[in-house]
Amino acid sequence: MITETALPQELADYVNEWKAQKGNLIMILHAVQDHYGYVPKDICFTLSKELKVPLARIYEVLTFYNYFSLSAPGKYKISVCMGTACYLKGATEILNAVKAELKIEEGETTEDKMFRLEHVRCLGCCGLAPVVTVNGKVYGKMTKDEFMKILKEYKEKG
Amino acid sequence: MMNLTRESLEKYNDKSGKEEETNYIKVGMSTCGIAAGSDRVYLSLLDEINNKNIPVKLDKCGCLGMCYAEPMIEVKIENQPAVFYGYVKEEDVPEIIEKSMQGQIIENLVFKSDNIQKKIVLRNCGLINPESIEDYLSKSGYQALKKSIFELNPDLVIEEMKKSGLRGRGGAGFPTHLKWTFTKNVQSEEKFVICNADEGDPGAYMDRSVLEGDPHSVIEGMMIAAFATGSPKGIFYIRAEYPLAIERIQKAINDCYKCGILGSNVLGSDFKFDIEIRLGAGAFVCGEETALIASIEGKRGYPKPRPPFPAVKGLWNKPTVINNVETLANVAYILLHGGESFGSIGTEKSKGTKVFALTGKIKNSGLVEVPMGVTLRQIIEEIGGGILNNKKIKAVQTGGPSGGLIPVDYLDTQVSYEHLDQLGSIMGSGGMIVLDEDDCVVDIAKFYLGFCVDESCGKCAPCRIGGIQMLNLLEKISSGNGEIKDLQRLKLISKAMQKASLCGLGQTAPNPIVSALRYFEAEYLEHINDKKCSSGKCKALNTYLIITETCVKCGMCQKNCPVGAIEGDRTVGFTIKPEVCIKCNKCFEICKFNAIKK
Repeated sequence: MITETALPQELADYVNEWKAQKGNLIMILHAVQDHYGYVPKDICFTLSKELKVPLARIYEVLTFYNYFSLSAPGKYKISVCMGTACYLKGATEILNAVKAELKIEEGETTEDKMFRLEHVRCLGCCGLAPVVTVNGKVYGKMTKDEFMKILKEYKEKG
Repeated sequence: MMNLTRESLEKYNDKSGKEEETNYIKVGMSTCGIAAGSDRVYLSLLDEINNKNIPVKLDKCGCLGMCYAEPMIEVKIENQPAVFYGYVKEEDVPEIIEKSMQGQIIENLVFKSDNIQKKIVLRNCGLINPESIEDYLSKSGYQALKKSIFELNPDLVIEEMKKSGLRGRGGAGFPTHLKWTFTKNVQSEEKFVICNADEGDPGAYMDRSVLEGDPHSVIEGMMIAAFATGSPKGIFYIRAEYPLAIERIQKAINDCYKCGILGSNVLGSDFKFDIEIRLGAGAFVCGEETALIASIEGKRGYPKPRPPFPAVKGLWNKPTVINNVETLANVAYILLHGGESFGSIGTEKSKGTKVFALTGKIKNSGLVEVPMGVTLRQIIEEIGGGILNNKKIKAVQTGGPSGGLIPVDYLDTQVSYEHLDQLGSIMGSGGMIVLDEDDCVVDIAKFYLGFCVDESCGKCAPCRIGGIQMLNLLEKISSGNGEIKDLQRLKLISKAMQKASLCGLGQTAPNPIVSALRYFEAEYLEHINDKKCSSGKCKALNTYLIITETCVKCGMCQKNCPVGAIEGDRTVGFTIKPEVCIKCNKCFEICKFNAIKK
């Protein structure tokens, strides 16, 4: 059973600001994801009532766009860029190495909720391919071994 | 900030073009620069300057396009000409400051550019502080807008665009002046100008660089489009994956409101224009005009059949001009320098310049802006510095997932809409990816098609079903189970998708395969008939062998083989049992002596 949760003040303000505007749903969902790191189900219930939009419409939009996530991210979000330039320069090897190290697949979070692994389409840093980001911090010209070292540092930092 | 009007802008016009007289150091701080460590270089410079009380102004700027040489800085001291330094590290900072102040140049860090490039779109990128409207104003900023409003009228603006011959830089190459004319001719209170900044092509990032490095030039272009078409409202549709670009565009919009460039009386005239930002959310199909509109309306990004075209019936069913970032960044230049002057650059049918993201197996990866009509070879060899690691070039891929492969024999082809089209590729948004002999065309086709299958919205059957069927066929070929008939099947499905898909995504998705079959059929046949992939990319087709002559019998391969497929010992040497080998590539990676062949 999913219950409604009141919106935190920051989000409530944002919703009020956008409420009257046409086509506001995606912008509001962005704000929710920025706040929680994902879009929680109970918030969708609240939004549905607030915006008078059927829940199905919200779900339809959330599942269409890659950027939105329906489950909680780990503490560190690792995004391996799989744009063409990165792919050619060995991004797959990095991705596979991370998978093997953390024992998760793409789109999954480790059991201890530390790491989430994703592949992204293109971060627009093709000049530095291959590129990996950890919580938005960009690591360019990566190799498998080098990124494993970085991953280890994050693990130790906790 | 002061209120800008026709008169106060005039003063800036006098100043522009003059050399700055103060000492300055500018650090490239776009996403790529920061990733390479320019933020740390910036901080060291700041420390050094403050600690030693050096009379020099430290500033941030966008990307100069030479991403491979980041972090890059520009140093201008006293009467010396400005110097660019590349690959700057924190350790270099004290020496840079010390020598520069003595009027010396550090030769080994100096960065020289080529002389093929011509910068129009990237004219200010890397040279001005993108967060400062003053900087933009000092480079003739908003002069073209002023000229349009006060000296020209909408018809004359469009006339000028027509003379320039500018075509849309987003991919399809539709003449910009025609789009504007269609929208202008529709009577409507509400009209929109949308800047399409949903740069989804993997391997292209010129739009990000312009938004991060020179946001005002895009805003100015958008405002001129709005003036010409009579649209009071503009929308930036930007990818959420570009946080820095969003931040800088927002800052630029805020500054424009503060000084009267945006709002109800633009530069004191009665032209009214407002801009807001809407974020994309990671859907490649939203680069397609009708899908982009659906997304701004808060819905799934499904494309619609055209006509009606958005120019007539677009956002909220109102006439809407949609232009790409690079297209808009050209507009102010055209108005300022005249359509004819812009039209004198390029080939007969492709005018002006084009920015390419030159990436892949190339020495100097980065953004290049070249006049239309230069050859691929000039771009790759003279600007790109040739291929990495002395390998041989195999092909160039332009146009991303909608484009095609151009084999090495055609490198002397001119870059233009018409020439690339003849070769079965497209200009696209400007991705230019260089492949070397280690790349496999089946693998690349699989990569692009996999992308399109993932990104297909699923609305129409040819794209939804055709894509996945083609991908399965490619999988079959790359796993060694391909039949000759499969090539025929691929061609058949390609044709169906090209003819029957609803939008550009599906219509162009087969292009990488069609062009690969046109130029590299032999490589497909090798996969099918000989069950062999000479580049070694298609793993299932690899057989691992130990080259006895090169092997030093160290035993590392045997030690690391997870399935015990390597037999022998350190006296007799080693061999791989193919029936046990799982082709995990471990031995190949571990061997320091290149004694393993696949």
